[in-house]
Amino acid sequence: MTVYLPHTIEEATALLEAHPHALVLGGGTDVMVEINFNHRKPSDVVALRNVDELRTWTINNETSSIYIGAGVPYSEMESGELQKVAPALAAAARTVGSPQIRAAGTLGGNLGTCSPAGDSLPVLSALNAEVHLASSHGVRSVPFAEYMVGPKRTSRTATEMITGVTIPKANGWQGYSKVGVRNAMVISVASACLAIQDDMVRLALGSVGPTIIRCVEAEKWLHENFATLTDLQPADCAEFGRRAASEARPIDDHRSTAEYRRHAISVLAQRLLQRSIQS
Amino acid sequence: MSSVKTRRDVLGTSALRPDGPAKVKGEFDFTSDLHADNMLWGATLRSPHPYARIVSIDASSALKIKGVEAVVTSEDVPGQLTYGLISSDQPVFAKDFVRYMGEPIAAVVADHPETCRRALDAIVVNFEVLTPLTNPEDSLNQSVPSIHPDGNVIRNQKIVSGDITATGPIVVEGDYVIGMQDQAFLGTESALAIPDADRKGVEVFVATQWLHEDQKQMAACLNLPEEKVRLTLGGVGGAFGAREDISLQVHTALLALHVGRPVKMQYGREESFFGHVHRHPARVWMRHHATAEGKIVKIEARFLFDGGAYASTSSAVLINGITHTQGPYKCANAIVDGYAVRTNNPPCGAMRGFGVVQACFAHEGQMDKIATAAGISPVEVRLLNAMETGDALITGQIVESVAPVARCIRETAALPMPDPLSPNAHELDLPGGSGLTAQPHNIVRGVGWGVSIKNIMYSEGFDDYSTARCTVIDGKVTVKFATSEVGQGFVVLAPQIARSVLGLDDVVCDTIDTNIGSAGSTSASRQTWMSGGAVDGACRMVRERIFEKVAAENGLNPLSLVIEDTDIVDSMGTFRIPVLQAVQGSVFSEEFEHHHRATEDLDDDGQGNCHVAFAFVAHRAVVDVDPELGLVKVVQVATAQDIGVALNPLSVTGQIEGGIAQGLGLAVMEEIIVQDGKVRNPSFTDYLLPTALDAPNVVASFVEEYEPQAPLGAKGVGEPPCISVTPAIVAAIRNAVGKDIPRCPVRPQDICL
Repeated sequence: MTVYLPHTIEEATALLEAHPHALVLGGGTDVMVEINFNHRKPSDVVALRNVDELRTWTINNETSSIYIGAGVPYSEMESGELQKVAPALAAAARTVGSPQIRAAGTLGGNLGTCSPAGDSLPVLSALNAEVHLASSHGVRSVPFAEYMVGPKRTSRTATEMITGVTIPKANGWQGYSKVGVRNAMVISVASACLAIQDDMVRLALGSVGPTIIRCVEAEKWLHENFATLTDLQPADCAEFGRRAASEARPIDDHRSTAEYRRHAISVLAQRLLQRSIQS
Repeated sequence: MSSVKTRRDVLGTSALRPDGPAKVKGEFDFTSDLHADNMLWGATLRSPHPYARIVSIDASSALKIKGVEAVVTSEDVPGQLTYGLISSDQPVFAKDFVRYMGEPIAAVVADHPETCRRALDAIVVNFEVLTPLTNPEDSLNQSVPSIHPDGNVIRNQKIVSGDITATGPIVVEGDYVIGMQDQAFLGTESALAIPDADRKGVEVFVATQWLHEDQKQMAACLNLPEEKVRLTLGGVGGAFGAREDISLQVHTALLALHVGRPVKMQYGREESFFGHVHRHPARVWMRHHATAEGKIVKIEARFLFDGGAYASTSSAVLINGITHTQGPYKCANAIVDGYAVRTNNPPCGAMRGFGVVQACFAHEGQMDKIATAAGISPVEVRLLNAMETGDALITGQIVESVAPVARCIRETAALPMPDPLSPNAHELDLPGGSGLTAQPHNIVRGVGWGVSIKNIMYSEGFDDYSTARCTVIDGKVTVKFATSEVGQGFVVLAPQIARSVLGLDDVVCDTIDTNIGSAGSTSASRQTWMSGGAVDGACRMVRERIFEKVAAENGLNPLSLVIEDTDIVDSMGTFRIPVLQAVQGSVFSEEFEHHHRATEDLDDDGQGNCHVAFAFVAHRAVVDVDPELGLVKVVQVATAQDIGVALNPLSVTGQIEGGIAQGLGLAVMEEIIVQDGKVRNPSFTDYLLPTALDAPNVVASFVEEYEPQAPLGAKGVGEPPCISVTPAIVAAIRNAVGKDIPRCPVRPQDICL
C-alpha cells in the first residue's frame, strides 16, 4: 500500500488522476474502521491531512452564504461563529460520535461515505447545499440532491475529490433532531432537519431511506395551505408530521424497525415544525 | 521526638488501589501489552454458520504463505478434545460439526497478526450448511433432532414446596422476556504462552477469572500434568463472568507447544463477541397468588434459559434462577419448573447476577402487579412480604444470613428524590440527549422499585475454597494468593486485611499465579468472603507465631497478647512493643485455606440447602420518558445495599455505581441481537453501552449489619447492584407511560408503538 501526502488540492487531484482507484483519507473515522475490519484493502491512499486549504471555512455576507472546506472537523461546527450562521449543522455536528470522533471527522467524510445515516447530510439536503468537486480537469459544483444518488453512492467520479460545500446563511429558524437508542454517541435510527430559508419550510430525513429524503410533498402541502406559519395549529403540525412520515422509505434492520422509524419521523417533523413556530 | 501518626490503610478505610494511577494514566500492563522475544502471533478461524457439518478443511494454501508457521485443527489436540466448566462438551476445535456462529475450527500461528489474517482467509473449509435450532422452545420438543450428543436439554429441575393447591383472591400473571446481554469488558481476551525448552510444559500469562480451573482444563486438552501448565495472571481489563470459560487459553498454549516458540493471541472487539459466553436470554412465566392485602400465598413459575450451543455454566445458572423465584419475600408454597436448553445460538454462561437477574426481572414485575391488585404502593407490597433471617426459602433452606430486606427498602425510600423536571431543563439532560428530540413538555416522569436476593459463593455441594499465604520477613509482609484481580480491588483489600491483623504497614501482594493453591473464581460475589477469609486466616496464623515468639522472649502468656494499632500489647499487663520491632530478624510464613460451610444438591422436588449465604439490596429508579418517541433518560437511582460491613467504602461505592450502570444497560439498551443464529451487532457501534449521558445520578446508602458467617463480617457486594436495578428502571418506565412492558431491554417501539 502506498500512502500519498499531497499539500495542495492540485497535487491531490493529480494523484487521483494517476491513481483513480486510490482511497481518499480525511479524518479516517469511516475509512480506518473499514480497513481495520478488512472490508477495504486499498492499494493506494491519498491522505489529505497536509492539505490546509481543505480545513478553511468562510462566511460571505455579500452572497449570504457559507463555504466550509471538506476537511473542517465537526468540532469546529459545534460552536462559535459557524453555530450562529448554521445552527442546524451545529446541532447535527454535536450528535456525531464522541468528542474524539468529532475532532477528526469531517463533512468531506460524511459526503464521501454518503451513508443515509450520515449525521450532517439531512442538513445539507434541507439547505440545498452545493457540493464542490475538483479534478485535474477543473472544478464543478453539484446540488446535494444530485450528489447523493443511492446508499453510499454518489455522482462523484473516481478522479474527483470533494473540496467543500456551500450553504446559505440561516435567515430563518433551523433545527435538527436525531433518534438513537442511547443519549449520545449513537448511530442514527431516524433523523430530520427542518430549515426555514427565505420563508420556505424545508425538511430532510436521514436513516429512513436509501438516500437522504427531501419531503417535497409535505413542504408543498405546507406552502400551499398556509400563508404564514403563525396560522399553523397543533393539528396542522401533526398533519405535517404524518405527511413527512409517508414520504419516508424505512427498512427493518438490527438497529430498529421500519414501523418505528416511520413513526419517529412523524414525531420529529411535527415537533420541529412546532418549535419553528414557537421561536 | 514526637511521633507523627500517618494514615494507615487498614480495614474500613478507603485505601487507594495500587493499580489505580497506572490505569488512569494508561500505563498499566494489560495482558494484551505483553511481549516475549521471538514471539509469534496466533489467530482463530471461526465458523460463519450457526450450524453446519464440516466436510473438509484444507489448509495447504495457508501453509504456503510466507511467515505462517503452522495451522492446527482438532487433529492436533494432544489430549481431551473438549473442555467445559461443568460438563466437558465444547470442542477445542470443531471436528465434525459447528454448532454456533463463531465456533473455532482451526488456529494459525505466524510472524504477524496480518499474516495470520491472510492465512485464515486462505484456509478452505467445506461446509454442509444445516438448519439451525434457534428457538429454545423447540429444544424441549422430543421430536426435534439433537444438535449435540449430550442432547438438547442441558438440565431440567423442579421445585415443589408446601401446598401447591393454595390460592388467594389476587392472582396475577406475567410472561417476561430477558434479552442476551454481553459482559462487554474493555480489555478483550488475550494470552501469551511460552513453551518450555523440552516442549513438555508451558508458561501462560492470561487474563482470567480463575487460574486453577483454566490450568485443569488446559492440562487435560494438552495432555500434560497440571504442574506443567503454569499460569500467571496477566493484567485483566474487566470480567463480569465472561472470563470463567476457556476462550483462547488452550489454543495459545497448543500453538506455542506446537511450534516451540512464544505465541500471543488477542481478540479484537468483534471476535470478543464470539469468543466468550453471554448472559442467558430467558423467558420467565410467573403466576402469583396473594391475599387481598397483598401477601404472597403461592408462586407458580416456568423458566426457560437459552444456553446456546454448549453447556458452559447453564445448569448452575438455571438453579440460581429457579431457587430465587420468590425474590426477597416470604413464600411458603410454590411450584416451579425450569429448563436450560441447547440451541445453535451463541453459548451463554456466567454474567454478573448469574440467573438471578432473569428471576428478579420477573418477580419484581409480579410484585408491582400484586400491589396494583391490592391497591397498595410498590413500597408497601414489598415491606409486607419482606423476608427476614430465619425464613425458609421455597427450597426448604433457612435463610441464616443477616437479611435486612425491610431496612434496605426503608432506607432507599428515605433517600432524597431528584428535583422535578424543570421546564428549563438542559436539552442534553432530556431523553434523546444530544439528538435534541424533545422539549421538557414532551416528557413524563416515572418511579419504579426493585428489590433482590442473591446467593453468594458457589452452590450445590461445590467446595470453592480459597488459599493464601502470609510471609513476614523483617517486618515486611508479603501476601500470596491466586485470586484473580479483574478490577474488583482484591489487590487493595488483601493488604488492608494484613495491616489490620498484623499491625504492620509494609505489605505487598506477590505475583498472582498457580504457585499456590486455588483461590476459586472471581465471581459469585465471593472473593472478599473467600479469599478475604484465606488472607485473614494466613495472617492470623502468622500473628499467633509472632505472639508465641514475643511471649517466649518476655515471659508472657501468648494468649493474652493482642495487636493495638501497630503495637503488640499484653492485655493482662503493661507490656507493649511495636510489632515492627518485635519481628526484626525473624521470618514467619503460614498458609491457610478458607472453606465455606458445606452445601447440598437439590432433590427431585428442588429441596435442599444448596446455597451458602445471601445478600440483599433495594433500588428505586426515577426515569424521564418521551412517550411518543419511546426514549428514556434514567435520572436517578437510589439504593440501600446489605453489605455486612464496608471493608473499603470507596470500593463498595465503585461496585454499586458500576453495577447500576450495567443493570441500566440491560434495562434500556444492551442486547446482542441474534437472528437465525447469527449475531447482528458484534461491535460497540451497535451493541450499545451506557455513556456518561445515560448514567444516572446514584444515591447510595450502606446497610451495615455484621454478617456472623463471613470471616470479616462483610458480604460480597459485586453482583447485587446490577440485579434489581433493571426491574426498577423498567417499572419506572411502566409507571411513566402506563403500559405493561414485559421485556428488557425496553426498546423505543416497546414504549411508543
